[in-house]
Amino acid sequence: MEETKELTINMGPQHPSMHGVFRVEVVVDGELITEVHPSIGYLHRSFEKMVEARTYAQIVPITDRLDYVGSALNNVGYCLAVEKLAGIEVPERAQYLRVIAAELNRISSHLIALMASGLDAGALTILFLHLQPREKLLDIMEKLCGARLTYNYARIGGVSGDIPPGLADDINAFADDFLKTVEKLKRFFFGSRMFRQRAEGIGVLSREDALSYGASGSTLRASGVNFDVRKAQPYLVYDRIEFEVPVGSAGDSYERALLRVEEMRQSVFIIKRALEQIPEGRVIAEGVPRLLAPPPGEAYARIESPRGELGFFVVSDGTPYPYRLKVRSPAFSNLSTIEAIGPGCMIADFVITVGSLDPVFGEVDR
Amino acid sequence: MNVDFTAGSLLVPAAWGLGFVLFSALNVMFLVWMERKVSADIQSRWGPMVRGYHGSMQLLADMVKLLIKEDILPAAADKKMFALAPFLVFIPALLALLVLPIGPGLIARDMGVGLVYYLAVPSLASIGIFVAGWSSGNKYSTLGGMRSAAQLISYEIPRSLSVLGVVMLAGTLSMMGIVNAQKSLWFIIPQILGFLVYYIASIAEVGRTPFDLPEGESELVNGYFTEYSGMRFSFFMMGEYVALLVACLMGAVLFLGGWRGPFGLLPQLGPVWLLLKAYALVYVAMVVRWTLPRYRIDQLLEISWKVLLPISLINVALTAAIVFVGGEWLRGLLG
Amino acid sequence: MAVRADDDLIAKLGDSIESSSSGEEGLVLTVKPDAVRAAVSALKDAGYEYLSYLTAIDRGEVFELVYRLCSLEPLRDGAIKARVPREDAKVGSITHLFKGALWQEREVYDLFGIVFTGHPNLTRILLPDDWVGHPLRKDYEDERLERRPNVY
Repeated sequence: MEETKELTINMGPQHPSMHGVFRVEVVVDGELITEVHPSIGYLHRSFEKMVEARTYAQIVPITDRLDYVGSALNNVGYCLAVEKLAGIEVPERAQYLRVIAAELNRISSHLIALMASGLDAGALTILFLHLQPREKLLDIMEKLCGARLTYNYARIGGVSGDIPPGLADDINAFADDFLKTVEKLKRFFFGSRMFRQRAEGIGVLSREDALSYGASGSTLRASGVNFDVRKAQPYLVYDRIEFEVPVGSAGDSYERALLRVEEMRQSVFIIKRALEQIPEGRVIAEGVPRLLAPPPGEAYARIESPRGELGFFVVSDGTPYPYRLKVRSPAFSNLSTIEAIGPGCMIADFVITVGSLDPVFGEVDR
Repeated sequence: MNVDFTAGSLLVPAAWGLGFVLFSALNVMFLVWMERKVSADIQSRWGPMVRGYHGSMQLLADMVKLLIKEDILPAAADKKMFALAPFLVFIPALLALLVLPIGPGLIARDMGVGLVYYLAVPSLASIGIFVAGWSSGNKYSTLGGMRSAAQLISYEIPRSLSVLGVVMLAGTLSMMGIVNAQKSLWFIIPQILGFLVYYIASIAEVGRTPFDLPEGESELVNGYFTEYSGMRFSFFMMGEYVALLVACLMGAVLFLGGWRGPFGLLPQLGPVWLLLKAYALVYVAMVVRWTLPRYRIDQLLEISWKVLLPISLINVALTAAIVFVGGEWLRGLLG
Repeated sequence: MAVRADDDLIAKLGDSIESSSSGEEGLVLTVKPDAVRAAVSALKDAGYEYLSYLTAIDRGEVFELVYRLCSLEPLRDGAIKARVPREDAKVGSITHLFKGALWQEREVYDLFGIVFTGHPNLTRILLPDDWVGHPLRKDYEDERLERRPNVY
């Protein structure tokens, strides 16, 4: 009998389902993947070097470009770190507005992730059906901060503007409507036997590996670790808002995707409660200098981004420019688990597995 | 064999041939438009709306675009095979029309073994697909070709077995004879299992979601026709649509009474009834395509060997038993 | 309980600790470069089971390495710092303790040129393999890095 030979396939950086510019060489035996050699950096812009030549205020819009699917959260994370370093007190109203913007953005980011997991499994309709709620969401964001993708909403000391009159009602109406969408999505897509057959038991990440690789967000929670920064180290006003964090146990692609659906539901509740509780007041702290020069020192602030623990580590030398700014990118750490969970997948599973990690390459490559 | 090659005797076959080409070209245009509209409907969009009434002229624009596209021959390709493959895919689907009974007495060639011919000829397309995958010199294409070979072979068997019941009931392999046997009762009623197996296996053979693994775009870019562009690509697309239409037409002939209207209504509309039935089947296939995710290759083969094959075998056994026991009564029922 | 454990940890690491503090940022230990592995391992044993990130800061003569470790349920922060000389910047790899360090150490190597001895595949990760220099060093020059403090 002739011997069979393993085949090396190069997927990406221009592959229809690599979620951006991700290249991975897979060695396949038939359809079964035996080795995975990922390679990243195709979107590297040297963010961390670039910011060393910018003032603190100039950096805010650049953070939008890190995780371009959840940019409002990047602004918030960065501003929290700088405010911690400079000791700036943020008005309460601004904190609530940040929560609202962040949660709205979390929903739109998770929607993208879910649409993509539909696409990966070959269900194109999931994408088109959920463009509609996302479009409504982007309209709301546009009214709130004037942009649809790169919001630049959180500013050092507060937010760029107050919520326009009437928008709160729009958001509430959207939230009620969206809960129905989530129910439908859960029932018809995640409940469907075919998707379960495709995604269950695929790309299983054990609890030990998840911790060892530093995975976070729904990737970590699907593996059974109850860690959500919003609960573990409440920032902004999350300690005053009641919500639940869904935790899984299977650690497979299906659970990772399913947790996102539940998180969207919880985000809706957070938004509604924040809108009820929001006090009157200023939306940006008084007396924040335009050329902010925090005292020498360092600060690390972490938030829960749609992908997990997003952290900004700022080191100041007393000048208006950060001495060093490190971004702890959740997508980077989550994606690195692919070396552990890729082998053993079939090619078709591999695509679903990468999608379930929800990498955004603006953030992976920085 | 004594074949008459004079001009007069060639006229009729030539007319049939031209008819088939025109028929399939027109239907492909309509099917592409229909697919876009059906998918748009499912996805709550409009679909093409600009060119012509509800985008009906969109395909003409697309054809012009495909015609003027650059024809790319990959450097690593086996040039001759690469050029041949699109025709190998397109022509078998067309050839199957030869045994399609369109109306009473209206058939290009009423072969005694028409059904066997129909089961054999369109499957030749899988050779074309495999050639396309292999000759492209691209790993995705090769994998797509391999998948397609595995898939077509495993779905060929339940599909062939599923029509065995029809043959037993009709007592003939001639397509005309099969339609004639459904005078009073369409075979879908006694052969519901056979019909389901035939329909699912046909969708798989044509390679549509949820069985579109040979071209599964999320993993294999575009499978066996990744490297094709322009007209060559459009041949693959046409081949796929013609194959779908033929599978549905034959499904209508074998199980839905062919050109007969329901309850013998308006017999003069024969071909229209046939098309309507075929399009109903096409519509269901399209709805399925835009609703379901894709199977994985092992799951796909499992469905064929572990589900469809036993069902079709059971169906054959049941039908055989019924025919054996109640043959006289059945013949009376079928008229 | 946590504080007691931290004291034990400091006692265990002994001389290799240059300084330690434990405040709002959790336990911060500054250790000698050759003790990084041992310190990370000790912290891991003490329940800091999660490597949040590791990075470096260019402090001129030395590179300051920062490892942020936490225990997750509940969240308890910890950090290890080490100063390695700019010339001959070398430190032991912790990939055997945290697989997450596989990529993170490659990133630090890529952008700072710090060598992690014992790393199984220490190659550039974000930049192309033929890139010259390590961009996050302060002496890396590029005309695009001119400071323009425009205040609008």
